[in-house]
Amino acid sequence: MERREFIKRSALASVALSSTLTLGNFSNLFAGSLPSNKAYDLVAIKGGEADAMFDKGIASLGGMKNFVKKGQKVVIKPNIGWDVVPEKGANTNPRLVARIIQHCLNAGAKEVFVFDHTCDNWTRCYSNSGIERAVKDAGGTIVSGATEGYYHDVTIKNGKALKNAKVHELILDSDVFINVPVLKHHMAGKLTVGMKNMMGVVWDRQQWHRNDLQQSIADFAAFKKPNLTVVDAYLVMMKNGPRGTSKEDVVLMKQQIISTDIVAADAAAAKIFGMEPDDVPHIKIADQMKLGRKDLSKLNINRIKI
Amino acid sequence: MNLSNLKRIRITISIVFFLLLSALFLDFNNSLSPAYTNYFTFLQFVPSLIKFLGLAGITAAGFIIVLALTVMFGRVYCSSICPMGTLQDIFSFIHKKFRKKKYFRLLKPSNWLRYSLLSLSVIFFLFGSLFIINLLDPYSNFGRIYAQLLKPILLYTYNFVAIYLEKFNIYWINPVEMRGTNPVIMIFPAAFLTLVFILSFFYGRLFCNTVCPVGSLLGLVSKFSFFKIKIDEKNCIGCNLCERNCKSGCIDKKNKTVDFSRCVACYNCLNVCPSKGIDYKLSFNKKEIAKEDVAEVETVDSAKRQFLISVGLFIAGSSKLVSAQTKIISTKLSKNPIFRKHPVTPPGSLSLKHFTSNCTACHLCVSSCPTQVLQPSFLEYGVLGMLQPRMDYNRSFCNFDCVICSEVCPNGAILPIKLDKKKLTQLGKAKFIPDNCIVHTEKTDCGACSEHCPTKAVIMVPYGDVRAPEVHDEFCIGCGACEYACPVKPYKAIYVEANTTHQTAKKKEEKKIEKKVNYQEDFPF
Repeated sequence: MERREFIKRSALASVALSSTLTLGNFSNLFAGSLPSNKAYDLVAIKGGEADAMFDKGIASLGGMKNFVKKGQKVVIKPNIGWDVVPEKGANTNPRLVARIIQHCLNAGAKEVFVFDHTCDNWTRCYSNSGIERAVKDAGGTIVSGATEGYYHDVTIKNGKALKNAKVHELILDSDVFINVPVLKHHMAGKLTVGMKNMMGVVWDRQQWHRNDLQQSIADFAAFKKPNLTVVDAYLVMMKNGPRGTSKEDVVLMKQQIISTDIVAADAAAAKIFGMEPDDVPHIKIADQMKLGRKDLSKLNINRIKI
Repeated sequence: MNLSNLKRIRITISIVFFLLLSALFLDFNNSLSPAYTNYFTFLQFVPSLIKFLGLAGITAAGFIIVLALTVMFGRVYCSSICPMGTLQDIFSFIHKKFRKKKYFRLLKPSNWLRYSLLSLSVIFFLFGSLFIINLLDPYSNFGRIYAQLLKPILLYTYNFVAIYLEKFNIYWINPVEMRGTNPVIMIFPAAFLTLVFILSFFYGRLFCNTVCPVGSLLGLVSKFSFFKIKIDEKNCIGCNLCERNCKSGCIDKKNKTVDFSRCVACYNCLNVCPSKGIDYKLSFNKKEIAKEDVAEVETVDSAKRQFLISVGLFIAGSSKLVSAQTKIISTKLSKNPIFRKHPVTPPGSLSLKHFTSNCTACHLCVSSCPTQVLQPSFLEYGVLGMLQPRMDYNRSFCNFDCVICSEVCPNGAILPIKLDKKKLTQLGKAKFIPDNCIVHTEKTDCGACSEHCPTKAVIMVPYGDVRAPEVHDEFCIGCGACEYACPVKPYKAIYVEANTTHQTAKKKEEKKIEKKVNYQEDFPF
């Protein structure tokens, strides 16, 4: 029953979107919301460029104005963890990041900040990933995540393994938090998507590694849920993750997941990757903690093919 | 040519060198391309000499130019090229602004001291140790003062401003993380700076004529210089201005002599003389040279003999005994302490031996390293290798795509290395200690080591319900990413044991994933 409805909706959506698309790429920025009585829990898009997929996806969720109000301060957290070029798929797609910024600014955001607490040297990560350039060109502000002074102590009330952390002030102060992970294989966590990406907003990652990594990942989602999670599965690292060794590790998947439910987004991403959500311990734990829903069959999903 | 122009030229050149080298050491954003740094350091005497002895290439001929200049004109190096010389002039200049007695005075030569220190430097060098040179070389000391003292001050100021602006939501400048301030290491440049400051403040260039081995060596050469500064007895009116303006205190007005071995060719005297009583001209006074030389040679010899014995004993006694080993420290939990047998040397340094016998610890690499993994050692290389940089995997790790240290090193201690080769150069091998590892002790996932490993020499293999690290050290390049990332305290569960001679790691062959994605296929959910 639901499924039929989804198909109907997605058909509607694609008709509406293709009409806006013909107006040119940029016009999508101003695309209004689609008539939908019941909001989608999750949008999955396939077959386009990263920025074009986002245009369609966000439009089907009613446009960015549903998430960003005029004058608000927005923080975007992509994965910029490694000093590698975009072709290696270890960092979030810079075009996607740029597009999200443009949508936020168009929705009236006062300022859009982008940062990550990188693993490799941050200046090299920022420039080599192409994200620094993309952010500046799109009108966003790129901020360092490599200074302890930017991180402030917080208590995680519902945390089982992770009781406290030092969190970047942009995450604490901003009105809107958009999490933009890249889908990757992960040798230790099995898979890295949305919740794992949030390790980059705290100062001391080692603390998580020491204290039951999988539980800690879920615990942090109990402290802070992003307003929106956009999973970049355009170029997906299938092995040797999360850093990767060469371009041989990646597959051009051209997919994207957008959801307000970080657990659902991770679960859908796991499926795309070829795994079951339950294979990834922190997704299972987060579902048990009721931080989101991993059971995709119970969600209202919009599936878009380009 | 008008001789009064010489001083102006000297000052201009010295300022250019001083500013270039200052910029080089303070450049915390790596905004100066490392490709140019070698031009800046090309003429620095000690680095160039050491590089030449190691490489014998044209890239290291700078010291020959300096020697040639000295043979021609005297110690022009000391007043124009040496940044430490210029730093001293700056101190003297400041003092001159405030003191009442605005003049220098004649100083007796401290031949015993200066030639002893020179001999010591040479003897240690012949024994394969740069210890004394490292302590005394003006360029390297200048570098350390900048890298260890001035740069932190600059960064603190910069970060202060950045954090202040951030309060107003302005993120124009981002703070620079400092991983390398070690008070123990700072003592050395601080002490040296104090010494130089006091000496230059009160006695002009006394440092250059007592402590500095380059000054002493060039002093010996300058005895044979073609051009020398001389008092022209016919024209001299005995006004004393030259003596009073001589930074080196080497003009003796009474006897109308100039000790040219101590003259740093600053040309101040030429400018102040009202009567053309002082001249700078070709001179081949063989008799005088011979006379002076006899005296010098004697002092050198006695000093040599005296020190040879003590030096020999010192080297034999201390080099092995005191080569301290670092314990990797933190707070609690893991049980098995790690003792690294040798410190890890940077890529391009070939081996422990090559590195330690060619590095004068100028800390240019320390200052240029983007990840700040290169840190000055304290006793890791033993007393004799003090301050020479090492890879400090407690503070950071070596960036996979970076060879900056090899490009900037003026000594050839770190030889230029191509990026492709660097990525397979094995500085050391990762050693895994399962008993310290979280996965083994707590049975929870971790994998920080494998996550950071750029060559996937550390992989995660199933271990019960979780995944544990496994090291394949043939692929390991010893970058230290695993060791840095390992969260266990106080002793890491994985660390890099140095290869005393760098090896070549095997390249991991990766198969392309054959996966055709059908973009029209339905979603798997």
